[in-house]
Amino acid sequence: MRRREFLTIPATALGGTLLYTLAGEPFRLQAQDGKVKVPLRFFTEAEAKQAQAICALIFPSDASGPGATEAGVVIYIDRQLAGPYGADKYRYTKGPFTNTVPEHGYQGKENPRQVYRQGLQSLGNFAALPAAEQVKKLESIEKTHFFQMVRTHTIEGMFADPMHGGNAGLIGWQMIGFPGPQMSYREEIDRHRGQPYRPKPASLEQIMHRKPALMEDEKS
Amino acid sequence: MTNLKPVDVAIIGGGWSGLAMAKEITTRSGLNVVVLERGMPRKTSDYALGMDELDYAHRLRMMQNIADETITHRHSVRDVAAPVRQYGSFLPGTGVGGAGEHWNGAAFRFMPEMFTLRSHMNRKHGAAKLPADLDVQDWGVTYDELEPYYWYSEQMMGVSGKAGNLRGKILPGGNPFEAPRQNEYPTPPLKNSQAMDLFEAAAKRLGHHPYTSPAANLSQTYTNPDGVTRPACAYCGFCERFGCMVGAKSQPSNTLLPVLQRQKNFELRTGSWVRKIVHKDGRATGVQYVGANGEEFFQPAGLVVLASFTLNNVRLLALSKIGTQYDPSTRKGTLGRYLTHQVDSATRVFMDKPLNLFMGSGALAMRLPDFDGDRGLKPEEGLLRFGMLFMLAPGSRPIANFAALPQGAAPKNWGPEWKKAALQWADRVITIGLAGEHLSYRGNFMDLDPTYTDKFGDPLLRFTLNWTEHEHKQRDFAAKLAVPLGRAMGGKTDEYRNPRANYNVINYQTTHVQGGTSMGASPDMSVVNRYSQHWNMSNLFVIGASTFPQNPSHNPTLTVLAHTYFAADALIKRYLKNPGKLA
Repeated sequence: MRRREFLTIPATALGGTLLYTLAGEPFRLQAQDGKVKVPLRFFTEAEAKQAQAICALIFPSDASGPGATEAGVVIYIDRQLAGPYGADKYRYTKGPFTNTVPEHGYQGKENPRQVYRQGLQSLGNFAALPAAEQVKKLESIEKTHFFQMVRTHTIEGMFADPMHGGNAGLIGWQMIGFPGPQMSYREEIDRHRGQPYRPKPASLEQIMHRKPALMEDEKS
Repeated sequence: MTNLKPVDVAIIGGGWSGLAMAKEITTRSGLNVVVLERGMPRKTSDYALGMDELDYAHRLRMMQNIADETITHRHSVRDVAAPVRQYGSFLPGTGVGGAGEHWNGAAFRFMPEMFTLRSHMNRKHGAAKLPADLDVQDWGVTYDELEPYYWYSEQMMGVSGKAGNLRGKILPGGNPFEAPRQNEYPTPPLKNSQAMDLFEAAAKRLGHHPYTSPAANLSQTYTNPDGVTRPACAYCGFCERFGCMVGAKSQPSNTLLPVLQRQKNFELRTGSWVRKIVHKDGRATGVQYVGANGEEFFQPAGLVVLASFTLNNVRLLALSKIGTQYDPSTRKGTLGRYLTHQVDSATRVFMDKPLNLFMGSGALAMRLPDFDGDRGLKPEEGLLRFGMLFMLAPGSRPIANFAALPQGAAPKNWGPEWKKAALQWADRVITIGLAGEHLSYRGNFMDLDPTYTDKFGDPLLRFTLNWTEHEHKQRDFAAKLAVPLGRAMGGKTDEYRNPRANYNVINYQTTHVQGGTSMGASPDMSVVNRYSQHWNMSNLFVIGASTFPQNPSHNPTLTVLAHTYFAADALIKRYLKNPGKLA
C-alpha cells in the first residue's frame, strides 16, 4: 500500500467568502488562521506542490481576483487522477497505437496519471525555481499534451462544482457571476433584462441538500 | 448461449425510435415486444442530482463508454484509419431514452424539398451541372405523406412554437418559409432571452425573418394525447448532455415510458448488448446479445426492429452480414453509403454588457430561415445549398464557456493577462452558429474497420469522411451573414479566417450523424424502403437517422419520430395482416 501523503496548505488559501469592493477589487472576508492537511489520493506531496505551482501560473492569484491556489485546484486534480478518469476508464485504449493526423486528437498510450507523473518529473525541481524561470519553463512546454491537460484541469478545478474538490468557497463562480445549478430562472429571465443578475452562488449540495455519487469516487 | 422463449417483436435500442415503435405496437396490437437496451434504466428523479457540469458535460456520464466501443476515422480511402479515442465531434448516448435524454430539444420539420432532393436539384440546376461525386437521393416518401406523423410526434412531445405557415396562410411570429402545417403548435413558443431579443432586432433591421425555434421544451404545463402531464421549462440551462430534472424537456423517459410501463406486453431489458441479428433464408430469426452479467442469449423473434443510433444501426447490419457493403470505387452496394454529419460554423460576438447567459433552455434559439435550402443564394456564393444561422440560448455553463476571448486579447492562453481578459469578457460572448446542410458525396461512407475491435472483439465501424470545398464555402457565407449581424447587435466580431481544415474528430459539431442504411425508392440505391423495411429482409425494420440519404440543416429528431410512426402505421395496419414486402 502506498504511504499516506498530505498536502499542507494555509486555511486562508482555501476559499472563504469572496467580496468585491465598489471599484471591483476582490477581497476575502474572515480570513481564517491555521493550516489544513489535505490527504492526497494520487500525488505525492512533492508532486502536489509541483502541480500547484504550475496551476498558480496558469490561473494566478492577483489583483483581478484569487486563483488556482485559493480554489484548491490541485486537490481537484489529485482526485480526478486517482479516479477512473485518471486510469483511462473512459478512453478507447486498445492498440495498435499509431502516429496519425492531428485531426484525430491525442492518440498516446499514456493515461492521465502517467502523463502527469512524467510531465512533472520532466520539469525537475520546478517549485523551487524563481518565478521568471518558472514562466519561461512553462512557455517552453506550452504545446505539449501534458501542459494542455494541466491547463484544462485548472479551468475545470476553478469552475466545477466544489464537491469535486476545487472551486473552494465557490470563488470561481463568484468571480464570473455564475449562480450555480439553480432550479429555476422562470421569472428571472424576464425580470433581469439589461442588468446583471448575480444572486449568491450555491453548490449542488446546498441546493439539493444531498450529494450525488461522483464519477471520481467510482472504483478505478 | 441460452435460448430464450420466442417473442413477437425484438427491438434493438431503447431511445426515441425504439420506444416509440414499442409503444405503437404494444398499444395497438396484441403482440409482445421486448426492447433490448445496452445502457442503464433512467427516470426523471435521477436528474436533479445530475446538474453537475463536470461529470455530465465533460466526463460525459450519459454517453456510451468509448472504452467499450468507438469508431475509426480516415479522411479518404488512401489513408489508414485511427480510432476516435475520446469523444469529440459527436456524442452517442446510452441508457433508456438514449440521446433523447441528453438532447437539447430542437424539434423541426424538414422542408418538403429535403425528401425529393435529387429531383429538386436536377430541376433547379440540371443533372449535368451537378458535381459528379454528389450522392444525394430522393427518399421515396414526401412531406405531405409525413405531415400527419409530424403532427402526431409534436403532440406526443408538446412541441412549443409558432406556426409560420398554417394550411398555406402565412402568420407572424413563425417561420414564413416553413412547409404548410395543418395545426398550430401544441404549446406557444418559449420566452426569448435578452441576447435573443438583440439578435432578433438586428436581424429584422437587416431585412431577415428571424423566429423562435420550435422546441420540445415545454413553454407551459401540457398533457399529451396519452394523458401524460409535464410542467413548463424552468430555463435552468442544464439541457444538452443532461436529463431534465423536472421533465419539461421531452425525453423518452418522461413521455413514452410512462405509457409503456402500463403495458403487460412490453418488456425492457437494460444492460443488453446486441452483437448480431440472426437470420436464415432471408428472414430474421432473432437477436444474439450479451446480458448485464456477461451471459450470452439468443432471443428468437418473429420481427426485428433495429432502432439504435446511426453508428450501431450500420455496424450491426454489417456484423450480421445483412445487405451489401457500399464500395465507392464501383458505386455498388448500399450499406454504409450516404454518410453525412453537419456543417457548422461559429461567429463570436463580443458585447459590452453582461447578459445573464446562464439562463436558458436547450433548444431556445432564434433562427434565420432566409437562406435555408437554396433560398436567396446568389450564383456568386458558389453554393448548391446552405442552411440556417442561429443564436442559441441554451444556458451557458462556466467550464465550457470560460475564456472565450477576442483575438489578441491576451498574449497567451494562460497567465495573468489571460485571466484578466477572461474575467472581463465573462458572460458577454454570444455565438452566431450555422446549422448547415451536409450533402452526401460518393467518397464519404462507413464500413467495418480491418484492425480495431470493441470490447467483445467485434470490428469497429470505420468512417471515411472529409469536408469538400462546398462545405468551406457554406462557412464563408455563414460568416458573411453573421459578421454584419453581430455588428448590428452592437458587438464586436473576430476577423474571419477560414482555414479550410479537414474534418476533425476533436471539436464538438453536432450529434447529427446520418446515413448508412438509407431510405429510397429502389433497392439498388438504398437499404430500406419508404416504410423503413429492409429491402432484402421483410421482417427487419431499420429506423433512425441512419435512413437519411443526406443531412438537412434542421435537427433530425422530429423527422426520426415521424418516420418511426409512418413505419409503425404500415407495419400494424398492413404488415401484420399480410407479412411481406410493403413496397
